[in-house]
Amino acid sequence: MAIDIRVRPAELTAVQTVWRSTIGKKAVMAVTGLLMVAFLLAHMLGNLKIFFGPHDFDGYAAWLRTIGEPVLHGAWFLWILRAVLLVALVAHVTCAVQLSRRDRAARPTRYAHGQRARASFATRTMRWGGVALGLFLIWHILDLTVGVANPDFDKNGPYHNVVADFQVWWINLIYVVGVLMVGLHVNHGFWSAAQTLGLRRRRGRDLTLRVVGSALAAAITLGFLAVPIGVMTGLVR
Amino acid sequence: MKITVRIWRQAGPQEQGALVAYDLDEVSPDMSFLEMLDVLNERLILGGQEPVAFDHDCREGICGACSTVINGRPHGPEQTTTCQLHMRSFSDGDVIDVEPWRSRAFPVIKDLVVDRAALDRIVQAGGYITAPTGTAPDAHATPVPKPAADTAFENATCIGCGACVAACPNGSAMLFTSAKAAHLNALPQGQPERESRVLNMVAAMDAEGFGGCTNTGECVGSCPKGIPFQSIVDLNRDFLRAARRR
Repeated sequence: MAIDIRVRPAELTAVQTVWRSTIGKKAVMAVTGLLMVAFLLAHMLGNLKIFFGPHDFDGYAAWLRTIGEPVLHGAWFLWILRAVLLVALVAHVTCAVQLSRRDRAARPTRYAHGQRARASFATRTMRWGGVALGLFLIWHILDLTVGVANPDFDKNGPYHNVVADFQVWWINLIYVVGVLMVGLHVNHGFWSAAQTLGLRRRRGRDLTLRVVGSALAAAITLGFLAVPIGVMTGLVR
Repeated sequence: MKITVRIWRQAGPQEQGALVAYDLDEVSPDMSFLEMLDVLNERLILGGQEPVAFDHDCREGICGACSTVINGRPHGPEQTTTCQLHMRSFSDGDVIDVEPWRSRAFPVIKDLVVDRAALDRIVQAGGYITAPTGTAPDAHATPVPKPAADTAFENATCIGCGACVAACPNGSAMLFTSAKAAHLNALPQGQPERESRVLNMVAAMDAEGFGGCTNTGECVGSCPKGIPFQSIVDLNRDFLRAARRR
């Protein structure tokens, strides 16, 4: 017997199908989020070079500009990486805003009694935490890439800039809070992305995914926190 | 038992509603929650007042008609249907808040009754198998692996009450839609329509104005039938694969 397997509306392409559905937009958030987590991991590991002294750290920073030579010109790799991350960030935020607006519209009336929160703190802070992370990111780029927010910026001295930064108590505070928010966001985000992409095939894998996500979040948080703590304790001077 | 129920009263779809408190003096712990509402309604009717409108049908936990949010949880403190919830789950002197399902896709018709036709339209979009129905086929005509039969049966227990939507902070119908899709997608008879089913049902779900899933897991905590979160993960995977192949 022949069966009707038409999809309505019929004319949509794969990209349109993904972009117009809630699941598709979540998949975009999952993929772009995982991309940014991969970047964070590399960024964090690179930061730890600071414990080997100014020569190693500044040398590492200079090397970043030479990746891909001689095929790529100076700093081209960095600019390509920045472009990719910017596209990922814009896609991630666009989907988050569109989905959040939809979610709020879908539940116009709250329960008078209030609802029990089965969801964890990390889960409940994804939206406002994401906004806070965006603000932290802008400050972070102005501080250590552009330099206008840095107390004593030297274009060719990243080690010097980091040490100058973390002498100031409120810069430490912004940074530590920002990094903790990153950890919270990744803690729920990694697991959530895995669910959205359908990576869990058996119920038993859930614990594995949660453990991997939390371990990743903890490693990223501790790795980034090590730098200001190093400066504050005088290990990095 | 003496209890106070604060019930959402709303005269019609366009009217303003509010919680109204009623004191009940002789509540037996062995009454079901709906029987408690019956007692209240008898009193209201005898007093010439409008009884509380609420949905109910089988009263044995298998039809999915009853739909009240009790103290902020769909179907109340126990993971069961409202009709199978008994007053022994509450204590003497309790104040119990009773509200309708809250979701833009579930407009309130009157008091605790909401219109859940949006769930029917999701099923109409693909929650079936196109097959000639005649007499029942021989049980061994189509072999079904035992794990597939178990998955299908587990998801087929969904009674479509909508507690998942009511529990979800985003008013998302993902658990319902995923249960209906997983039930059929697990079986050999469901394979020919697997991809069109998932694409059409998700499109229908989104068109009804339900929110998106944010993996909070509130739905599985309120599902009277224990539909697993795994069904949502499977729907995500099936949808993304079907979309890629368009």
